[in-house]
Amino acid sequence: MRKSNLYTLLTSKLLAVVVVAMLSMPQLFAQEGDPAAGKKLFNANCAACHKLNKKAVGPALRGVSSKYDREWLYTWIKNSSAMIKSGDAQAIAIWEEYNKSVMTAFPQLSNADIDNIIAYTDYVAPPPPPGTAPAAGTQVAASGVSNDLILAALALVFTVLIVMLFLVNKTLQKIATASGVELVAKEVKEPRRPLWDAFAKNHFLVFMSVILLLLSSAYFAYGFLMQVGVDQGYMPVQPIHYSHKIHAGANEIECKYCHSSARVSKHSGIPSLNVCMNCHQNIAEYNGEEDLDNGYTKDFYTKEIKKLYAAVGWDEENQQYTGKTEPVKWVRIHNLPDFAYFNHAQHVQVGQIACQKCHGPVEEMEVMYQYAPLTMGWCINCHRETNVKVEGNEYYTKIHEQLSKKYGVEQLTAAQMGGLECGKCHY
Amino acid sequence: MAENKTYWKSADQLNEGNPIIEQLEQKEFAEHIPVNEFLGDSETLDDSSTSRRDFLKYVGFSTAAATLAACEGPVIKSVPYVVQPEQIRPGVANYYATAIADGFDFGSVLIKTREGRPIKVENNSDAPVLGGANARVHASVLSLYDVKRLQGPKANGTDISWEDLNLQVGAKLKALAATGKEVIILTQTFASPTTSKIVADFIAAYPNVKQVTYDSVFESAALDAFEAAYGVRALADYDFSKADAIVSVGADILGDWQGGGYDSAYSKKRVPHRDHGKAHMSQHFQFEANMTLSGAAADFRVPATPTQQKNILAHLYAALTGTSVSGTLGAGMQAKLDKAVEALKAAGSKAVVVSGIQEVGAQQLVLAINNHIQSEVMNANTPRLIRQASATEVAKVVTAVKNGTIGGLITVGVNPALTLADGAAFAEGLKKLDFSVAFSLKEDETALASQYIAAVPHYLEAWGDYEFKAGSFALAQPTIRPLFDTKQFQDVLLAWTGSSQTYYDAIQANWSNAVIGSSSWNTVLHDGFFQTEVTTENNYQGTDLSAEAAALAAASSKGLELTLYTKTGMGDGQQANNPWLQEFPDPITRVSWDNYITVAAADAEAAGLKNVNVANGALNGSYAQVTVGGITLTVPVIIQPGQAKGSVGLALGYGEKAGLQEEMQVGVNAFAFYNDFNTVQEVSIRLADGFHEFACVQLHNTLMGRGDIIKETTLEVFNTKDKEYWNAIPLVSKNHMEEEVTSEGVDMWQNFDRSIGHHFNLSIDLNACTGCGACVIACHSENNVPVVGKTEVRRSRDMHWLRIDRYYSSETTFAGDNETKDNIDGLGDSLTTFGEMENPSENPQVTFQPVMCQHCNHAPCETVCPVAASSHGRQGQNHMAYNRCVGTRYCANNCPYKVRRFNWFLYNQNDEFDYHMNNDLGRMVLNPDVVVRSRGVMEKCSMCIQKTQKTILDAKLDGRPIEDGEFQTACSNACSNGAMTFGDINDKESEITKLKENDRMYHLLESVGTKPNVMYQTKVRNT
Repeated sequence: MRKSNLYTLLTSKLLAVVVVAMLSMPQLFAQEGDPAAGKKLFNANCAACHKLNKKAVGPALRGVSSKYDREWLYTWIKNSSAMIKSGDAQAIAIWEEYNKSVMTAFPQLSNADIDNIIAYTDYVAPPPPPGTAPAAGTQVAASGVSNDLILAALALVFTVLIVMLFLVNKTLQKIATASGVELVAKEVKEPRRPLWDAFAKNHFLVFMSVILLLLSSAYFAYGFLMQVGVDQGYMPVQPIHYSHKIHAGANEIECKYCHSSARVSKHSGIPSLNVCMNCHQNIAEYNGEEDLDNGYTKDFYTKEIKKLYAAVGWDEENQQYTGKTEPVKWVRIHNLPDFAYFNHAQHVQVGQIACQKCHGPVEEMEVMYQYAPLTMGWCINCHRETNVKVEGNEYYTKIHEQLSKKYGVEQLTAAQMGGLECGKCHY
Repeated sequence: MAENKTYWKSADQLNEGNPIIEQLEQKEFAEHIPVNEFLGDSETLDDSSTSRRDFLKYVGFSTAAATLAACEGPVIKSVPYVVQPEQIRPGVANYYATAIADGFDFGSVLIKTREGRPIKVENNSDAPVLGGANARVHASVLSLYDVKRLQGPKANGTDISWEDLNLQVGAKLKALAATGKEVIILTQTFASPTTSKIVADFIAAYPNVKQVTYDSVFESAALDAFEAAYGVRALADYDFSKADAIVSVGADILGDWQGGGYDSAYSKKRVPHRDHGKAHMSQHFQFEANMTLSGAAADFRVPATPTQQKNILAHLYAALTGTSVSGTLGAGMQAKLDKAVEALKAAGSKAVVVSGIQEVGAQQLVLAINNHIQSEVMNANTPRLIRQASATEVAKVVTAVKNGTIGGLITVGVNPALTLADGAAFAEGLKKLDFSVAFSLKEDETALASQYIAAVPHYLEAWGDYEFKAGSFALAQPTIRPLFDTKQFQDVLLAWTGSSQTYYDAIQANWSNAVIGSSSWNTVLHDGFFQTEVTTENNYQGTDLSAEAAALAAASSKGLELTLYTKTGMGDGQQANNPWLQEFPDPITRVSWDNYITVAAADAEAAGLKNVNVANGALNGSYAQVTVGGITLTVPVIIQPGQAKGSVGLALGYGEKAGLQEEMQVGVNAFAFYNDFNTVQEVSIRLADGFHEFACVQLHNTLMGRGDIIKETTLEVFNTKDKEYWNAIPLVSKNHMEEEVTSEGVDMWQNFDRSIGHHFNLSIDLNACTGCGACVIACHSENNVPVVGKTEVRRSRDMHWLRIDRYYSSETTFAGDNETKDNIDGLGDSLTTFGEMENPSENPQVTFQPVMCQHCNHAPCETVCPVAASSHGRQGQNHMAYNRCVGTRYCANNCPYKVRRFNWFLYNQNDEFDYHMNNDLGRMVLNPDVVVRSRGVMEKCSMCIQKTQKTILDAKLDGRPIEDGEFQTACSNACSNGAMTFGDINDKESEITKLKENDRMYHLLESVGTKPNVMYQTKVRNT
């Protein structure tokens, strides 16, 4: 595992160095603009609607300079709608081709900026100079060989040692025989009473062991029964491999962006697919890190995104919804029994409790699992330990003043506020 | 001594030679048990490839497999929306203002929806007309999920598409139009301006079509009278909150009289308000035959047969207008009438007379009286439009259908085949017509007799616009997409007319043009109602009514008179397949799952009719053969205290068979007696064989002078005496000294400090409570209370968390009872007197008392629970942790109020209890915030802790303190009469704190020392 990680890391870094080095060679691209600066501008301004090689909201931009006149492009990018209004045939043709969606005007871009962007869209990475990548490969391979060699050497040393010991022993025996020392064979003793018989005769011991046995089996039986219905660690396979690690971890998307009803409702809610499409309308491919050992390649993730498109009925080719949907049947992980009432809004919004407190390090979970036991004891413990967030909430002003006086504390726990009463969660 | 006794199981055993007995003595089992058939045939057994060992292997394997499978938790799937509608957030309720107008119940309501499905009906308290939702309207949300609803249109019993139906019907309509044969559209009362337009457009396209309005229970006489007096066909509107004196002659003003919805305003004036030290409230005289809610609430109730009512009205008219009529009333009756006249005169223009007599003359007299006294209570300028049917028009249609003289009939939302006296003949005629379409929710009698059935949506899936009374408009909007392949009548009619508009378009266009003026459509839709200024005045064009008065005065009866009425729970029976309503006990008789004939005790004795309580407390009643105009029905009997002698009562709305689950097919169809659309009929009754088993939740006994349950006093005493006199706190003996039970030191319990945070209390005003039962159904709906069925209710296993107890007095007043009890002298006297007191008086006083868990601060139930499943919260609520309960039922035994309910069975997903919780559709009504209890656990009122917690959470989310009135329980929210007030007594400014300090406040069974968090306000009667 280490190995392959190291490998990818090294190759990607090396490649990056090479690419940057190539891009920073100004003499090559001087007249046409700077593709490196263009990349930055492209990502900041264009990437929301355009891709290099594929149609998105707008057309693919690779080789756009060969399709249109440079001057025309300047005017178009700075204010496309004015161009459409003025009746430019080419402009109208594009506008109509892309469902009459108006391209945002970019008056802030200078002609030089646009040149840079065009340079980036025209840029074709030259084939990597031979030797660099394979070099990295051999380097890694070499370190692997050395490990094996050490192991082999060690094995050899141990074998030699064993053989030597055997030989020493043999020599010593020979010496002993030669010097007349008699090697005594073990004496044959009278048969002793077997241990089990002795045990069986000792009533006290038997009694104590039975008690011990009963107690320990009771202990284990209790332990077994208490975990019935506790699904801590439950990690089902989901219909779409959705990685919280990528979304909440790598991309740092706020939990409540998708689970928005956690703010107002008892349910945190599984996001509807239109929420996914807010981002995935533009993110059709996965370009982040891979986990090759588990088979989580870029290709794998991209296929999962296609599953989303199939479910929501998104036609990638034509960039429109087909209307044919197929709701995703997620497997529910966190499931409280019906007789327990839990409200997300109370905890997340009023109590300002981090989602991770109950759901664990979600941002590190490639596959979601149940982190907490979700037992009543677990709830109660937290209610005993957690202070109520009263600051800035006028609801609490009066009751906090009175209760903190009564209990003689500065900070009230949820339990002191009445959070241990049966009827607060069971109705 | 030798034992020569013979033990016998049946009398037949004593006769020797009975072959059956002999045979049974020889054989243990009466029937042959076919053991040999499946084990004795050794050949088959040998041929079988399964040996005994194999069989055991299979058993072992399947047991092991089942055990292993049980170890695995189920995999639960969660399916989110593909595109989530903006306004739906899982777990958050949405409310929509809409309106119900099913032809019988009308009103503006608020619908609570969760995850897109309606789960509860609430009052639209901003809407100014027709009061709050009644029990039936509250229950109507369950009718949406009725499994017996039509799921699509049908033609001659087979499913058809709407396109085909429109094509076929269109062709037939064109053919009929070509021949010029008349087609009648028989509709319910819509009170819908846009529907009227759509129907008018349709008639313009097909001139051979005519619309006739049909009500299941007619108010034709009152409509005719109003038309005669004011030139407008409508019903006078009354505002009882302005009344100081009310005289009702046979009008159940708190029931369904003239469309109902009068109770909220009535109750406002029934709570004594102190003004300059003296309390005032209205005075209510009720002359009636059946015991009604109005009679129970009245200060003076006089039992009077329908004929006597006519005489009374005539004499009342004479006394008020200074004319004279012939004939005399009985002495007692005359005295009561004099008192009523005196009160009316004293109240001046704040007096009103109303009547339920189904005669145009009587209704004309009422209008004349109210005009004569210049009653402010009656308003003729904004008359009600919610009953429109004309008996004569309908009679013509019925004759035409029977004779086949019309080309076709389209029925809309009505079921004449059931609700006509000769419904069967009507259905026969209908079947023979060339063309018939029934717009219906279910496959009822009329739909079954029609060629085409057009399935209509429930009102919660439909658009609608209404004008309940002149100037008071309401809008209805769908709260869920149609569950089935249904279309609204208006949409279909528009299609038949050839219009491309939808009903929604039509409403919006019509309202924008003609109703809302400059107001925004969205605002009006959000509010659900719209009020316009009514400038037209309807002037009284009264004529001389001496002839009518004379006719009424001369009325006399030959025998027993029957008054047909509608029950609080069932109404006209549209929602008969609604288990909540079937199990809802009638407020007066406390009988559920039945209708019955109510008979006065004296009449019952004369006819040999009996009511008996069997060993387990259940009620049995004789059957009676009831004959009206040649039709005889066998009906069970309830002996009704307060029933006017010489009269009997029978509820409409029962006995339907078509489109009803078998469990709901209860009672008899009293519409069979509804001759000439008159609710009063001459009747004869005769004892029939057998006893009927009632599901009655309360015995028909009296309060026995137990003043600590119901406290009642008169306005005079209330005004003149100290609180200690009429609302004394019970005394207990401590150290041989009498002390008030509430005083310090009497209590053995440790007191807890409840002054911090919220402390909830519920106040119930016995003066404002009319017993309407809206709270009971609201509680059902909010708390997922199961329906247990008739046999279980009979075993006292009903699950109502909130019940409304009804008490009778054994003297004519409760005060009289107390006096009788206090005057008991010695053991002998006590035995006889108490025995006598068990029987209610002929005309008892009646009070209603809603009772739910009293949430005692010193709760007896909590101390006896061995597993601490019942515990007390700091906020005053007595908690019940169902998952902790092991079902010992100690708590229920130790509860002095008997409010705990035990789940004897699994009431959901159990075929034995085939009600709404046993099908996927019906379970959609369940409140997702409240757990559905399982078998073997105790349950009870939680003081709607899910609602109080929600209110607290909302405040926390907004970061603000909670205002008074924000805390509500389902019952207090449903009560539009102001009888229930809920709130936080630690909020010193709150309404509930004021009520707690009110002089009228008392606790139920205060002497027990339970310190309840539910309080009652002493009933004051203006006598």
